[in-house]
Amino acid sequence: MSRKILLDKIGIAGIETFPVYRSNGGYASVEKALKMQPADIVEEVKKSGLRGRGGAGFPTGLKWSFIDKKSGRPRYLVCNADESEPGTFKDRFLMEKLPHLVLEGMITASIALEANLSFIYVRGEFRWIIKILEKAIVEAKEAGFLGRNILGTGYNLEIVVQTGAGAYICGEETALIESLEGKRGNPRIKPPFPAVSGLYGNPTVVSNVESIAAVPWIVNNGGAEYAKIGVPKSSGTKLISACGNINNPGVYEIELGLPVKDFLFAPEWCGGMKNGKRLKAVVAGGSSVPILPAGLFLKTANGEDRLMSYESLADGGFATGTMLGSGGFIVYDEDQCIVRNTWNFTRFYHHESCGQCSPCREGTGWMERILHNIENGHGKMSDIDLLWDVQKKIEGNTICPLGDAAAWPVAAAIRHFRDEFEWHIKEPKECMVRNFGIAEPAIV
Amino acid sequence: MLAIRTGQKVEFSEQSLQKVTEIINRYPEGKQKSALLPLLHLAQDEFGGWLSVEAMDYVARMLHIQPIEVYEVATFYSMYNLKPVGRFLLEVCQTGPCMIRGAEKLVSQLEEKLKIKNGETTTDGLFTLKTVECLAACGYAPMLQCGEHYHEFLDTEEKVDQLLDQLRRKAAANN
Amino acid sequence: MIKVTIDGIELEVEEGTTIMNAARKIGGEVVPPAMCYYTSLKGSGGKCRACLVKVAQGSAKDPRPMPKLVASCCTNVQDGMVVLNSTSPEVLETRRGIVEFLLVNHPLDCPICDQAGECELQNFAFDHGLQKTRSEFHRREFDPIDIGPHIKLHMTRCILCYRCTMVADQLTEERVHGVLWRGEASEISTYIQKAVENDFSGNMIDVCPVGALTDRHFRFRNRVWFLNPMDAHRNCSKCSGKVVLWMRGEEVYRVTARKDQYDEVKEFICNECRWDHYDTKDWVVEGPRAVEKWSVITANKYSKETVELPEQLFSKLDNAKWDSFEGVT
Repeated sequence: MSRKILLDKIGIAGIETFPVYRSNGGYASVEKALKMQPADIVEEVKKSGLRGRGGAGFPTGLKWSFIDKKSGRPRYLVCNADESEPGTFKDRFLMEKLPHLVLEGMITASIALEANLSFIYVRGEFRWIIKILEKAIVEAKEAGFLGRNILGTGYNLEIVVQTGAGAYICGEETALIESLEGKRGNPRIKPPFPAVSGLYGNPTVVSNVESIAAVPWIVNNGGAEYAKIGVPKSSGTKLISACGNINNPGVYEIELGLPVKDFLFAPEWCGGMKNGKRLKAVVAGGSSVPILPAGLFLKTANGEDRLMSYESLADGGFATGTMLGSGGFIVYDEDQCIVRNTWNFTRFYHHESCGQCSPCREGTGWMERILHNIENGHGKMSDIDLLWDVQKKIEGNTICPLGDAAAWPVAAAIRHFRDEFEWHIKEPKECMVRNFGIAEPAIV
Repeated sequence: MLAIRTGQKVEFSEQSLQKVTEIINRYPEGKQKSALLPLLHLAQDEFGGWLSVEAMDYVARMLHIQPIEVYEVATFYSMYNLKPVGRFLLEVCQTGPCMIRGAEKLVSQLEEKLKIKNGETTTDGLFTLKTVECLAACGYAPMLQCGEHYHEFLDTEEKVDQLLDQLRRKAAANN
Repeated sequence: MIKVTIDGIELEVEEGTTIMNAARKIGGEVVPPAMCYYTSLKGSGGKCRACLVKVAQGSAKDPRPMPKLVASCCTNVQDGMVVLNSTSPEVLETRRGIVEFLLVNHPLDCPICDQAGECELQNFAFDHGLQKTRSEFHRREFDPIDIGPHIKLHMTRCILCYRCTMVADQLTEERVHGVLWRGEASEISTYIQKAVENDFSGNMIDVCPVGALTDRHFRFRNRVWFLNPMDAHRNCSKCSGKVVLWMRGEEVYRVTARKDQYDEVKEFICNECRWDHYDTKDWVVEGPRAVEKWSVITANKYSKETVELPEQLFSKLDNAKWDSFEGVT
C-alpha cells in the first residue's frame, strides 16, 4: 500500500527544473490532452473518481463538468494554493519540490476547461514558492508548453501566479475569487456558483493544488486506471501531512484505504509516538475536522479497523467519526491538553473569520473567550453547555463553511473529552497540569 | 483607528515601476484592480516593510481606484503592516500543531532574548516580534517566518541564538 | 408564474422572486425579519442571517428538503417550494441565536441610545430574542466620531450590515468610507477621518438599522415617540422631494426619507431636503404619516382611527400596491 503517483519522481536530482522533469516523462499529458476533445479529458477525470483534495472531497471531474461553456464567455481555471488549514502543509511541498507537475496539471486542466488564462493563487507567506513557480513558468514558456500557440496547436494559455496576503478565508473558493479581483476576501453568497459566475463574473473552476497535480497521471493512464488505485469511492492516492507528537513528521503520499494504525505506527510513515508517549487523540484532516480519541480513531464504533479513506474516517458520522479533510494529520500524545488545543483552534477561527455574517463574526469570538476562561481556571460548569449551544448555532448558519469549521472542533472536543472540560472547571488550580485525560487505554 | 501618515514622498523605483506595469498587464483589460494585493506587497517591500497612508494612496492612484478600496483591503489581510516594523519581522506561528511542539516556549525565549513583548520592536529597530496563525509548517514546528524565509525546528535555545546572531550579522554587514 | 407555500399559505409569484419577497407579498407573521437586506441596495442581504428559513421541500420536481436553513433574502423560490418560517421551531430557535450573536458586541443601553424607538435591532430582539443575555464578556467600544458636519458614527452600535457602504457605492459618486479590518474587529470607517460629503450621504442614516449612524442635527434633541411624523413634499431638482417631517408643535426636528412597513426607503432624498429646510413653509404638508400600530411612535399620539387605518388598509389592499398607499392619510 505505498504506491506513489504524485511523489514518485521526488528523489530525482533536479526534478524541479524543466529539462530533468521533461526527460522523466514530464508534460506528456499536455501533449496527449492537446490531441483529445476537452470533454473527453473531463470524462477521464470523472471516471477516475478523483475527489477534491482541498478538504471538501467534491468529485473533481463533476465540478469541471459544471463549467458553463455555452455562454461563450471567457473561462478561468484557478489553482487554489492558499494552503492555510492548521495541520496541512502538503501543497507547499508539492509546489516546492515538483513545480512542473503542478504546472503540467494546470495546463492539462486548462485544456479540458478551454481556458486561456489561468491563475495559481498562492498564500502570500510562501514567497519563495512564488519565485519557484514563476521560474517554472518561464521555463515552460521557453519550451513551448505555455504562451501562444502551444506546441503549434493554436492553443494559447497564460498562467499567472497571484499572491495572497494572509487570510485563511481565501482558501474558500469564492473568497479566493474576490481576493483575486483585488478585494477583501469575503466569501460570496451562492448560488451562483463559480462554474457559472466566478472570476470577473465569468465561468471559473477553482481546484486544489493536489487535485490538479493528479490530473497528468489520470490523462496519461486513463481515469479507469486511477480508479483502481485505493478503494472504491476513495480512489487514488492522497498526500497526508503528518505533524504533532510523532517521530516522523512530514508529507507522505499514501494509497487511500491504508489502515490508520499502519500510517501512524509504521516506520515508513509517522513512525509512532515521539518519546514513547501514549496516543491520546488525532485530528485526521486539518484543524476543522472533529478530533477523535485514540480508541475511536484506530477503530470505528463497530470495532472495525479505521482506514485512511473518506468513508472509513467518516464512519459513524460526527458521533464517533471524523473526516479525511485536507489530510492535515495532527497527533496528540498523553501530555496534550484538549481544552487548550480547542481554545487555540478557536482563536485561529476567530482571527480568520472575515466578519461578514453575524454567527461566525460574533460566535467565534464568543467561543474563544469562553474557552479562554475555562482553560485559565475561570470557567463555570454552565459554560460547557453554553459553548455547545453557541457552536450549534454557528454550524450550518453561515455564508461559507468557515462557520462549520469553527464549530466542529469545539463540538467534538466537548463530545469526546467533556470530562476534561469539567476537570478544568472543578480544579482551576491544576489546570496547568497537562497529564490529564487519557480517554482510552494506551496503545503503542 | 490607525492611520499613519509619514509626510514622506513615496515613489517606486524605475525597476519597481516596470514590475508594476508587468503585473497590471497580466490581467484582462479593465481588471487592473486584481493587481492590488501584489502591488501592496511591492509597496511594503520598497517603503520600509510597512504601508503608510501615503503608500496606500499611491497604489490607489496607480490602479485608478478610490483610496478607501485600498484601505479596506490592506486592513483585511494580516501580512500588510500598517505601522512601522523593525528591520526583521519575526512572525512566530502559534497555532495548534506548533503550540504542541513548543511555540509558546519559542515566543517566551524570543521575548526574553530581545527584551520585548509580543507585538513590540526592539529599541535598536532591528527586531519586531509578532505571533501569527498557521503558516503551513506544522510538521517542522516550532517555527517562525522572517521575510522570505521560514526558520523551522526552532526547538532549542541554541537554534534561537544562532538565528538571532545570523540576523544581527546580516544587519551589521549591510550597514 | 410559479407556486410557493410559506407557512402553509400558498401563492403564485414570478420566477426569480426571492423567498423574502414572496413572503412580503403575504405579509404579517410570514415575513422573515431582515437586518441587512435592503431591496433598493444591490448586493445587500445574506449577511445578518436573521431571515434564515427552512425549505421543507425544494421544488415540485425535486421535493427533497434543503439540508441547511437558507437566507430567504437571497434564495429564489422554485415551483412547488415549501417554506417554513414562523411555523418552524428550528427557525425560531436559530433566530434567537442570531439575536444573541448580534448582541454579543452590541451595548444593551437602549435607554441612552438615540435610535431607540425606531431601531430595527431593538424590534428584532424584542420579537425573537431571549429575555436575558448569556454573554458576560466585555463588548467592543469605540468613541463616536463625526464623519462630516451631518453624520455621527458610533461604531459601538454597528452590526455590520454593510448597507451604508452600499449607499455610498450606489448613490454617490465617490465612496470614502467602507468596512475596514476583519472578523470581529471589522469596523465601518473612513480610515483617515474624512468627511462624507455628497448630495446623498444622509441616506446612510436612514438605511442604518441601528444607532451607529445618526443625524448630528437631530441627535438627542428629542425622542422619536414625542414627535409627529408628517408626510410632506417639495419640488426638488435632485430628488423626489418626498419626505417625512418629524415635528413637535410647529417645529420641524428632523427630515427623513419615507420608509415602508419593512423599514425600507424606496425613494432616497438629497441632503438639501434633509438638512436645509426645517421650515414648514418650504413644504407642502400632506398630513400625518401612517404609522404601524405597535410602534412606540404611535404612543399617545393619534386618535384610534388614525392608528388603525394603516392596518385596516394592509388587510384590504394588495400589499404590492403599498407604494400607492404611501402618503394616504
